[in-house]
Amino acid sequence: MEQLLNWFTIHQQMIYIVILSIFLGIEVIGRVPSVLHTPLMSGANAIHGVVIIGAIIVMGKAEHDNYVALLVGFLAVVLGTLNVVGGFVVTDRMLEMFKRKK
Amino acid sequence: MEISILTICYLIGSVTFIIGLKMLSHPETARKGNLIAAAGMGIAIFGTIFLYQEEGIKLGNYAWIFTGLAIGSLAGTLAAKKVKMTAMPEMVSLFNGMGGACAALISVVEFGHISHDPGSVDSVTFLIIFAGLIIGAISFAGSMVAWAKLNGRIKDYAFNGQHVFNLLLFALIILASAWYIFNPQAGLNFIFYTVFALSLLYGIFFVLPIGGADMPVVISLLNSFTGVAAACGGFLYNNPVMLTGGILVGSAGTILTILMCKAMNRPLSNVLIGSFGGNHKGTAGESKDQGNFKEISINDTAVVMSYAQKVIIVPGYGLAVAQAQHVCHELEKVLADRGVEVTYAIHPVAGRMPGHMNVLLAEADVDYDKLQEMEQANEQFASTDVVLILGANDVVNPAAKTDPSSPIYGMPILDVELAKLVVVNKRSMKPGYAGIENELFFQPKTSMLFGDAKDVLQKLVAEIKTL
Repeated sequence: MEQLLNWFTIHQQMIYIVILSIFLGIEVIGRVPSVLHTPLMSGANAIHGVVIIGAIIVMGKAEHDNYVALLVGFLAVVLGTLNVVGGFVVTDRMLEMFKRKK
Repeated sequence: MEISILTICYLIGSVTFIIGLKMLSHPETARKGNLIAAAGMGIAIFGTIFLYQEEGIKLGNYAWIFTGLAIGSLAGTLAAKKVKMTAMPEMVSLFNGMGGACAALISVVEFGHISHDPGSVDSVTFLIIFAGLIIGAISFAGSMVAWAKLNGRIKDYAFNGQHVFNLLLFALIILASAWYIFNPQAGLNFIFYTVFALSLLYGIFFVLPIGGADMPVVISLLNSFTGVAAACGGFLYNNPVMLTGGILVGSAGTILTILMCKAMNRPLSNVLIGSFGGNHKGTAGESKDQGNFKEISINDTAVVMSYAQKVIIVPGYGLAVAQAQHVCHELEKVLADRGVEVTYAIHPVAGRMPGHMNVLLAEADVDYDKLQEMEQANEQFASTDVVLILGANDVVNPAAKTDPSSPIYGMPILDVELAKLVVVNKRSMKPGYAGIENELFFQPKTSMLFGDAKDVLQKLVAEIKTL
């Protein structure tokens, strides 16, 4: 319990970020037309690829002789990149088609 | 100095995510919004690689990192460029699964680091590591199942008591995690890996019984799960950009899931649990005597359509499956050449995902102005001569208005019956996704035009040209 309270005090800024982000996410999406549901979902999908940053940190910190960490970290970097790059490219392809053609 | 630059990089990243998401929710700015978020992501990633330091030590293993980035970028770009527009939903699901797996693997490595000496960190850190692992693993396994289902690789599968089984499994995951978090000992490390395995299993059984038509909702839900898993990483590394990005997607994804459910007029719980009764739905309408339906030939359809003044096309899932969007656009053009006014009525949940039909028709160069949303279209039907329904079923089923016992009762539908003539193209008389009979097909105004949508449309276009 004390650990939890300590942790709250140390991380209070992050907890504020979390709470504000929750409301921000709701506000930002609020009135999206159904036409854009699929691209929006795909775009949000690309954004949570930000988890790649964690993978890069894990990878960059791994000791040279810790092969398990190196391999798992490497796999995480590859998968995270797939999420980010694939996500943004797919979203762009979808949205490209919405543009008016002459 | 470098740390301050990294802080600014993260700030830019967070702000671009917010602006990007905001812009993504308006048709004119959507594409730019996506690019802005992508740029911000790039800044955050490269800032991390070159500027991140922990206790004064910078990151190493650049060769590994860049090889990973290169492989992932190449494979991701190729996959995203090559995928057909109709296969979009499973692609999103697949990428979402990759993100979930990434989050789970981060927890695995971090746990490996501290598990030799579990006393060195506080229990909240363990809580975050476990949360990242569980949510990431469920999201990964669930997305893979959703992907395979949309692909047609696996079918819906439910067994008696699956509901209870899932609950027990979930309880076991929570209990085991809690046990370790309160008694972290090196000897109990196997618990962590067991929780990993159980979470994967839970992800599979969570999605397996949910019907194929509800997959978009599930993908959207898993999307927000992955967001939360990413946010766990943000707590672990005190990283604000992971935290904002993750939580933003977590909450926006949840809202989007609810919006999708609303468009179908079904509560989320119904989507997630309702599947358990799925096997019995098929019998709902069969007992009623529906009377006879009439068929119409391609010739006749061609004639009525080309002499009509106003035609509305209602595209549905069948059109997407038959990949007939291009021929459909061709039909629209030959009719327009003959002076017929042609528009499309798009139901919010037409296609395989909300908004998917718009993407498909846009791919076939259909003018954005020709697409009418449901409310708009419903005002038009009464003055329409011919409505051509291409592979849509539940979204035009009058039972949604008239039959309170119907599973789709209350869902807003397109009022096609107001038009003078309704031509329905379907492959057979088989009921649609919801597994219910459609009275519309038996009404005197309705004529059935059987066949594969693409095939029928091609013949129809050829026929109209000869008239």
